[in-house]
Amino acid sequence: MQHPLTATDERTAEPPAAAAPLLEIDSLHTRFDTADGEVRAVDGVSLTVRAGRTLCVVGESGCGKSIMARSVLQLVEPPGKIVSGSIRWNHGESGPVDTTALEPDGEQIRRIRGNEIGMVFQEPMASLSPMYTIGAQLTEAILLHRDVTPDEARQIGIDLLTQVGIPQPEGRFDAYPFQLSGGMCQRVMIAIALSCDPALLIADEPTTALDVTTQARILDLLKDLQRHNGMAMMFITHDLGVVAEIADDVTVMYLGQAVEHGTVEQIFTTPKHPYTQALLGSLPTLEDTTHRRPLTAIRGMVPHPQNRPTGCPFWTRCDAAIGGVCDVEEPPESPFDNGHRAACHRYSHPDGGGSVPLPAPAVRGHATDRSGRGQAEGAPVLEVRNLTKQYTVSGGMFRRNKGTVHAVSDVSLTIRPGETLGLVGESGCGKTTLGRSIARLVDASSGEVLFRDRDGTQVDLAALRGAALRRYRTRVRVIFQDPFSSLNPRMTVEQIVGEPLRANGMARGSTLTDQVAEMLRKVGIQPEYMSRYPHAFSGGQRQRLNIARALITEPELVIADEPVSALDVSVRAQILNLLSDLQDELGLTYLFISHDLSVVEHVSDRVAVMYMGRIIEEGPADALFGAPQHPYTQALLDAVPIPDPFARPERSSTVPDELPDPMNPPAGCSFHTRCTFADSDHGCSTTLPALTRVDEDHDAACHRSSDLTLQGITRTREIPEAS
Amino acid sequence: MLRYITRRLLILIPTLAAISVVTFIVIQLPPGDYLTTRIAQLSAQGDGSLSAQELERLTQRYGLDQPVYVQYWTWISNILFHGDFGDSFVYGRPVGALLAERLPLTILLSVLTLLFIWAVSFPIGVYSAMRQYSVGDYTFTFFGYLGLAVPNFLIALVLMWVSLQYFGTSVGGLFSPEYRDAPWSMPKFGDLLAHLWIPVVIWGTAGTAANIRVLRANLLDELRKPYVTAARARGMKRGLLTIKYPVRVAMNPFFSTIGWILPGLIAADAITSQVLNLNTTGPLLLDALLAQDMYLAGSVLLISALLVVIGTLISDLALAWLDPRVRLRY
Amino acid sequence: MTNAPNPDAGGALAKPDLGPGPEPTESTGQDRLALASQSQLVWWSFKKHRLALVCGVITIAIYAIAILAPFLAPYPSGHHNNEYTYAPPQSVHLLHEGTFRPHVNGYSFEQDPDTLALTFEVDPEIVIPIGLFVEGPEYEILGFIPWDRHLIGPTDYDAGPMYLLGADANGRDLLSRIMHGTTISMSVGLVGVLLSLFLGVVLGGLSGYLGGKVDTAIQRLIEFIIAIPTIPLWMALFAAVPASWSPVQRYLALTVVISLVGWVGMAREVRGKFFAVRNEEYVSAAIADGASQGRVMFRHMLPSFTSHIIANLSLSIPTIILAETALSFIGLGLQSPTVSWGVLLQEAQNIRAVSTAPWILLPGVAVVITVLAMNFFGDGLRDAADPYKN
Ligand SMILES: Nc1ncnc2c1ncn2[C@@H]1O[C@H](COP(=O)(O)OP(=O)(O)O)[C@@H](O)[C@H]1O
Ligand code: SF4
Ligand code: SF4
Ligand SMILES: [Mg+2]
Repeated sequence: MQHPLTATDERTAEPPAAAAPLLEIDSLHTRFDTADGEVRAVDGVSLTVRAGRTLCVVGESGCGKSIMARSVLQLVEPPGKIVSGSIRWNHGESGPVDTTALEPDGEQIRRIRGNEIGMVFQEPMASLSPMYTIGAQLTEAILLHRDVTPDEARQIGIDLLTQVGIPQPEGRFDAYPFQLSGGMCQRVMIAIALSCDPALLIADEPTTALDVTTQARILDLLKDLQRHNGMAMMFITHDLGVVAEIADDVTVMYLGQAVEHGTVEQIFTTPKHPYTQALLGSLPTLEDTTHRRPLTAIRGMVPHPQNRPTGCPFWTRCDAAIGGVCDVEEPPESPFDNGHRAACHRYSHPDGGGSVPLPAPAVRGHATDRSGRGQAEGAPVLEVRNLTKQYTVSGGMFRRNKGTVHAVSDVSLTIRPGETLGLVGESGCGKTTLGRSIARLVDASSGEVLFRDRDGTQVDLAALRGAALRRYRTRVRVIFQDPFSSLNPRMTVEQIVGEPLRANGMARGSTLTDQVAEMLRKVGIQPEYMSRYPHAFSGGQRQRLNIARALITEPELVIADEPVSALDVSVRAQILNLLSDLQDELGLTYLFISHDLSVVEHVSDRVAVMYMGRIIEEGPADALFGAPQHPYTQALLDAVPIPDPFARPERSSTVPDELPDPMNPPAGCSFHTRCTFADSDHGCSTTLPALTRVDEDHDAACHRSSDLTLQGITRTREIPEAS
Repeated sequence: MLRYITRRLLILIPTLAAISVVTFIVIQLPPGDYLTTRIAQLSAQGDGSLSAQELERLTQRYGLDQPVYVQYWTWISNILFHGDFGDSFVYGRPVGALLAERLPLTILLSVLTLLFIWAVSFPIGVYSAMRQYSVGDYTFTFFGYLGLAVPNFLIALVLMWVSLQYFGTSVGGLFSPEYRDAPWSMPKFGDLLAHLWIPVVIWGTAGTAANIRVLRANLLDELRKPYVTAARARGMKRGLLTIKYPVRVAMNPFFSTIGWILPGLIAADAITSQVLNLNTTGPLLLDALLAQDMYLAGSVLLISALLVVIGTLISDLALAWLDPRVRLRY
Repeated sequence: MTNAPNPDAGGALAKPDLGPGPEPTESTGQDRLALASQSQLVWWSFKKHRLALVCGVITIAIYAIAILAPFLAPYPSGHHNNEYTYAPPQSVHLLHEGTFRPHVNGYSFEQDPDTLALTFEVDPEIVIPIGLFVEGPEYEILGFIPWDRHLIGPTDYDAGPMYLLGADANGRDLLSRIMHGTTISMSVGLVGVLLSLFLGVVLGGLSGYLGGKVDTAIQRLIEFIIAIPTIPLWMALFAAVPASWSPVQRYLALTVVISLVGWVGMAREVRGKFFAVRNEEYVSAAIADGASQGRVMFRHMLPSFTSHIIANLSLSIPTIILAETALSFIGLGLQSPTVSWGVLLQEAQNIRAVSTAPWILLPGVAVVITVLAMNFFGDGLRDAADPYKN
């Protein structure tokens, strides 16, 4: 696999060996002694972080990334224990030390923590104590390691808050964490981690819990800070887009082991390990193609460390596995050019052949031609007219109304038969409420939900109740987000999947069993598992059950609310493929809700973008992503990390990450507080822009859509040719 | 915060009104009215009967010839505007005077018990959580269960029996016989202290046990929170960190103790007070209830309900002062 | 096309996640787990809790005593013998003069020359043979099965008394009395808790299901009841019960009074659970499936809090037992001739009596053991109640 270099970066141009190793982890083993046996969470990881460079550690959840990171600072809580291996820290004031040899919570390790190595965690809000102001927690960190007076510490603290981009730092200094947004809290955490000028910053999925726009700002911030103070970073993530955006070096982890090391270019252009290759293949990417490329899913899922296969940990899911070798011996590391290394028998074993055989071309026979997308024929299945849902927020012990939130505001939508309408927006913008109002899981405050019955008449679902409504519940179905809470743990698969049939008297007895079996087969679950309970299934399998339940009534419209957000990348690809297969097979119409633009782009024919309860842009996927007409859509597109290190974005003007208070939406265009194009001459802060037609089948709600030219996805990536 | 306090105070008014109504209903519950009971009482004692004049006065005083709601108003307005709680026929004295005699001691005991509970349960709770599953933790946990399982009056009985059997003295009462009627003096005060610890310890057992359990459970939850790891990751000492962060959150149950310990002792531990022969309001309530001396019983009930309300208010305010999440929500 | 993952699609890489390999939930050894229903999972996780398991057995044994008291007890509850005031406990001897002949020893009197008070001594000379399944006074198990066998007792009831745990002021066998007291004390707990449960589930459920104004009203009521000190209220309410009421009426009044105040905790629990479960996505899913309100409620929601309710019940019973004991002890609850642990402890109010016959505190031991056992049992059950939490 060759990749034409489309860009060069002066940092990555220098050979990696040039920088001195700062942190060297050598065959680290961290284990948990649990009641159910020993869990080998980290099982022989070796890796190196070099001074001034960013190492990304990537892998699906449960691969031991967090435990590895915590082991560095001896932060693993009992029953977890580092059992062997060494972690050399070469920056110690008193020369290199092995942090595993230090007394836990002793003087020495505490001098390293926070002072020489800073750490940032995944849950910013929960990582700050709610009982103290952020200023108190920040100064505390400063006073711990620096010899300054409390007054000086306060000044340093305020400077730090300014540095991490917190507006009005003096005022925020005395705020409590719960008064700030998640993004702001993460900035505070970064300020705390940076307070003593560490040589290394360990960031464990620091942006996973945040919205894309916020994520983009935090990534930019980290890159900026690094450029300023030259610290090294160990950045843990499961998102290859983020890796491509921020990494210099990459370590790929699988099941407690490091399976591949290389520079970011090496990993993305010539991935060696089958797991790395598969991860890259399973990514939906934002790209300007007219063909819906099926994702190359990895089969199965990451096994629990207690069921670690013998031999190569990946062999149970590997298509290149060599029988009798991979399932027996652990593969040694093979070196490639410039420090690129991978642990795979294909390169080291005599029978390996020195390369990984390529899978069959990953194009399905019926891959949809999307050149004509957005042109779905026929009368709309669903027409939503002026749908509004407001919630009264009451608070305090007196339950007085504190205000109203318009979760959905005057939304109108049309979905035509057989198409997929994608609905995107940041969290809290009202996507789920809209979906649930259509499915009548919440009652809309006003507006119509017109569903086209089989005889062509339109029925207003919003006005139905009781038995009349229940009849339509078999026609409009929902796939829920959370594969765990959406299946009743107290019912068997047969009862869960058969419930819609039973509740509506559509089948019973053996007919019902047969129908459930048939449906399970369709979603790729063996019908023999019918009498099992949900706890016997993995996340991906549960999502298949969820799909089976939704589709068993042969619905016309399916509302899929973030159906893959809770899943790992490899499993996500399986589910996305399944959904599009089923759509083709059963002629389904989808309303596909997601916060992930690349997923939406991958599945949708048309896309609607929501902001603060309103649809601000709607149009064919190509047009909307290629030539957006609303600054917010452009901001979202800018923020999406693209899994291509050669297409690192130069975000000159990112939107601020503070959302307005939904109880007091800004006057005029609700986006004007964050919009870089806001202009009072156009009435941005005074007049609400209406959703107007800007192009064929393309609407936008922006006063300036006619005089702005937005570039859409500017970063194009050429797919490596499968040769 | 000020708004919070004002609102909190405002909501007291309907609550207190409702409580007074319930108390009045309780007073009215026994068959017959105050007069008939009083007459029956007197004739049982062989004191003859009330004079017509006296009958008239009492009927007037309690409005007994009036409809029930007027009687309620007479009763509550006498309390509110004249501090007149009515008369106790068991003691033959005004209820107000009886209460004035016993309330100070009861409140002293309550406060001491509260302090005892805090002093004992705090270190043990923190220790148990930090050394989960250690021998000490198991021991304390077991004693905690035991403390909740043994009724206070039983502890009192056993203690009395043991001291009588093996030390030949009674631990009941609050004063040794020689000081019982003596005027207040330093030695008398010392004697009081020497007797006080027994009811305090007995009353404290259940509360201590409950507090340890709650503190331990809360602290265990808190210790697993990410902010603890985050604080360790910036190099804080474990002990200091635990006290500064999780313990402060886990302290909440301590403040809710105020809400029930005060009123609890006024009436709830009447039984233990009776066993220990203490001059507190508890036995007063008990005697009153057994003799259906309802004005006295009702008054004690009213005062202890009032104290619950005040106690809850204090604990809520303390909580708001301690926890910014509560303080800033309003 | 019936098989969704198109066989020719995406080559080998696109296989569904059913491929071979040791996936944790797929291996055959885990079939038992996969097929386990909620009650099985609760049971398995409860079983791991040794202490709770033992206490569960003890709890069951105590209820067995409550049911079978007339058979297990050597004497009927009213049996008394004024000759044997405060007779001390006897111990069981298996051998008599070298042969197997289980017996207890009788008593000899001694009179204090100064105080003229009688003291008893167990006299090894007097042999009272005892046995199992002996014929004795007649009784009716559960009030309708007549029988005359007693698990243990003197082989000849006229030969002399058997006081394994000593006698009370009226020469009544304390062991028998405690066993008979078990029936009342345990049933007060159970009946009281069931009444509370009924009130709590109805009101808590209404509160949770209807929400809005009804919820606010019920919440206000609960807050108000909580603001009234419980035990004094119980005492006051019970003091109003006329002295002329029959034992059965007093018993019913007691349970009603206790549950009238006790339902609030249960109602809060039910309401809290209700709100929590209502927010679970599977409930939304059931509504989206077109299940009727009743079906959503009873088929989908209720099963997820039954185990919590049961755990809560078993933790509430001890509270009620303690309340009954305290009230009866002070004379405001049940009264002789009804026999409950609290009534038995009334005798211990006199500290002089306690020092002559400390065994009259033994009903208190029964209370403590029961409460301890039920608390440990309930805690274990509560911990096991949600087998899906991880
Ligand atoms: N406290 C614990 N007890 C037992 N196993 C644990 C514990 N913490 C983590 N593990 C196990 O360690 C493995 C690695 O976890 P983690 O490092 O969090 O993975 P990642 O960060 O890659 O998602 C997981 O399989 C997890 O089940
Ligand atoms: S060693 Fe074998 S099983 Fe493991 S990744 Fe390489 S080819 Fe696949
Ligand atoms: S209307 Fe104005 S503020 Fe709103 S998106 Fe358009 S340019 Fe920005
Ligand atoms: Mg992690």
